[in-house]
Amino acid sequence: MTISSDHTDYRIELRNITKQYPGCLANDAINLSLQPGEIHALLGENGAGKSTLVKTIYGVVSPDKGELLWDGDIVQIKSPSDARDLGIGMVFQHFSLFETLTVTENIELCLSKKQLSSIDNLADKITELSKIYGLDVDPSRYIHSLSIGERQRVEILRCLVQSVKLLILDEPTSVLTPQEVSSLFVVLKKLSNEGCSILFISHKLHEVTEICQKATILRGGKVISTCSPQDESPSSIAKMMVGDLADQDAGYSKKEGQQIILEAKDFTLPTKQPFGTSLKQVNFSLKAGEILGIAGVAGNGQDELMAAISGEDGRSVDNMLFLNQQDIGAFDAGERRKLGMANVPEERLGRGAVPEMTLSENTLLTQSKDFVSNGMVNWKKVQTYAQSLIKDYKVKCHGEFSEAKSLSGGNLQKFIMGREIGQNPIVLICAHPTWGVDVGAALSIHQSLLELRDKGAAILLVSEDIDELFLLADRIGSICDGYLSPIVKTDETDIEQIGLWMAGSFISDSQETVL
Amino acid sequence: MIRVQARIEQSTLMKIASPLLAIFLTLIFGSVLFSAIGKDPLQAMQVLLIAPLSDMYNIGEMFVKMGPLLLCAVGLSLCYRANLWNIGAEGQLLMGALGGSTAALAFIDSSSVLALPITLICGVVSGMLWAAIPTYLKLKFNSNLILTTIMFNYIALYLLLWAVHGPLRDPEGYGFPESALFSDITTLPILFDEGRIHLGVIFAIFAAIGAWVLLNKSHIGFQIRVFGEDEPAARYAGFNGKKISWIVMLFAGALAGLAGVAEVTGPIGQLIPSVSPGYGYSAIIVAYLGRLHPLGALLSATFMAVLYMGGDLAQIEIGVPTAVVGMFQGVLLFFLLACDFFIRYRVSFITNNNPIQE
Repeated sequence: MTISSDHTDYRIELRNITKQYPGCLANDAINLSLQPGEIHALLGENGAGKSTLVKTIYGVVSPDKGELLWDGDIVQIKSPSDARDLGIGMVFQHFSLFETLTVTENIELCLSKKQLSSIDNLADKITELSKIYGLDVDPSRYIHSLSIGERQRVEILRCLVQSVKLLILDEPTSVLTPQEVSSLFVVLKKLSNEGCSILFISHKLHEVTEICQKATILRGGKVISTCSPQDESPSSIAKMMVGDLADQDAGYSKKEGQQIILEAKDFTLPTKQPFGTSLKQVNFSLKAGEILGIAGVAGNGQDELMAAISGEDGRSVDNMLFLNQQDIGAFDAGERRKLGMANVPEERLGRGAVPEMTLSENTLLTQSKDFVSNGMVNWKKVQTYAQSLIKDYKVKCHGEFSEAKSLSGGNLQKFIMGREIGQNPIVLICAHPTWGVDVGAALSIHQSLLELRDKGAAILLVSEDIDELFLLADRIGSICDGYLSPIVKTDETDIEQIGLWMAGSFISDSQETVL
Repeated sequence: MIRVQARIEQSTLMKIASPLLAIFLTLIFGSVLFSAIGKDPLQAMQVLLIAPLSDMYNIGEMFVKMGPLLLCAVGLSLCYRANLWNIGAEGQLLMGALGGSTAALAFIDSSSVLALPITLICGVVSGMLWAAIPTYLKLKFNSNLILTTIMFNYIALYLLLWAVHGPLRDPEGYGFPESALFSDITTLPILFDEGRIHLGVIFAIFAAIGAWVLLNKSHIGFQIRVFGEDEPAARYAGFNGKKISWIVMLFAGALAGLAGVAEVTGPIGQLIPSVSPGYGYSAIIVAYLGRLHPLGALLSATFMAVLYMGGDLAQIEIGVPTAVVGMFQGVLLFFLLACDFFIRYRVSFITNNNPIQE
């Protein structure tokens, strides 16, 4: 059903889009419009309603109120296939590709019969498109053999094959090396020149100022402001998003570590999972009073490294991992914790905290020594301590009886961080501490980490966010395909160098030295 | 339009209401069924559910049946809380009966005060041993606990039948497959003059209370709950999964074994082929009906015991087969699982609501 309207120059226009979820107004009368060829940033903290809004456009979520105009006509997008028929393509944050199929097969899967019959040879078409846009994807390769950046290009190609007029990208750069980000931007600019509108969700403000012509900022489900990013600076946009916090989270001083606490010597461990990454001759020494940052694109062995160090991997190793010169390779995770290791895992819910247990119970999860005597738990003490954690780390929740799953990601992360720091660990290993966390929570998490470092703890920080690593880490290295690069002082390197290491440029060197 | 929505938090009300609703629906189903076969549904319900509680003797019998159900269900509740699908309470109970009987027959001419404790311990240890084998197989070879425990139920049953037809048969029993009657020294004391309530019932109630304390007040109980709800979190926290598996499985085996030995040294007084009318299987339903909560099992075991009693009485008084009990149990579990859906989901009826106005 279509009714004509006067705003014919917009590719897409949203009017008063409202979506109510149980207990949360995700979108509150949102207006948004994109012209053909416009690159438009959608900004906001976590839970601001960005995902709901783009899912509405892509037909995954149906709004309670409001209307959507496509090329000036009111349309109802009831499903992603309606959206694709209109020419809307979307690249999700978590890719939806089948690892055991080839690029061509994956693209074929999401084309309708009509679209398929209009293409003579899909593989040729893919090669042709990837030449035009410089995407460099071989259609006959299997997805599991592709890097994350390449997979993202497959997702983009999938949209291009369907001659896309509006491309939605949900945090596209969070999984890419700096070099991959620049080549993505080249593609996006080319698409925009050809008249394709692009809606771009990102947390990284300097990227937004670099390529976007307009930006819409959401907070609490409402549009707070619309601006043109070229006239703004990253920090002025950050202020619009969260207030004045952004300025405070910068310029921390670097420290020099003291004696070596945790040491890995030629740490080698084959992967357990079919598509996992084996660790290969990983060497590092972590010192007291420093933060050692490990950069890397997701899936290059970070999870395996964390599990091996924390002991969650469960396999025993000999002569490869030392805590204060003691070989801890045969110790399980519980024993390593008793020696003073704490751990902030990547998955907060389901690993760092039990979703359906209260915050008190989740406090006891890793912190038992003060609360258990003769095998019995003193719940009163646990509750009092949980209350103090909630207060000290400004965890927004109803109280110590709230279930972990009722907290937002950032608040749960603050709680877990507080719980682990509260054990006064001598070593803290910490994975992606601020992934998906809003700016305010990230600031307080950063400050907690630095405080712990200044108390003399050794911190191993694994993150995909290279800016965060440069902000916090005293020394830095990079992991690629299970190899760890040399470790250098953060002050003596730059993003360019680490970016090359993330792509694995050090690997041949290190193998040569081994030979 | 009917809309089903996931709840943000599990409904506490529905957690408690679900078993009650399931019982109610089961009764409605039963009434329809009794009407269909030409029995008065009201009279049938009276016989099934009220008559068992009508006099002291019947109440006593009800407790006698509640004992083994509760012992098995408490152990199973712990296993299920730890996400270990132990279906083997029946086999562990039978092995407890067999182990205990062997000891009791060895003490048949003894007058030692230790005879009864040793007999009970033999039963408990036999149950533990029978739980230990599938546990070992699971931890060592990652075998499926459901399948191995079920298979061990059959092995236990045939071991018991072999023993009662062979080595443990009463030589003066005219060839009947029964052991000799145990001597008084190895028989559980009766608590009241009237009826057969024996010490085993008290054991069961203490086991339920003890398991509740273990689960809610002790650190190992907390570890069991974490392990069952969220294994990655348990691994992350450094809990020893093998240790937890051993503890709950051996605990369940011990309680089931105790149930078995308490049956043969209590109400039965000798080893017979039909020690258990499927207590170990019914205990699965009891555990679920009690919300995998040891004190909840106390209530649900009572209900199930009433149903067992009612089945016997129904056969006598209105001439329906005892199979009706098994059918009621099955229907009850069916409705319970269906009602549990509402713990996580809510159903709302909405009138015409067009999401996009034009």
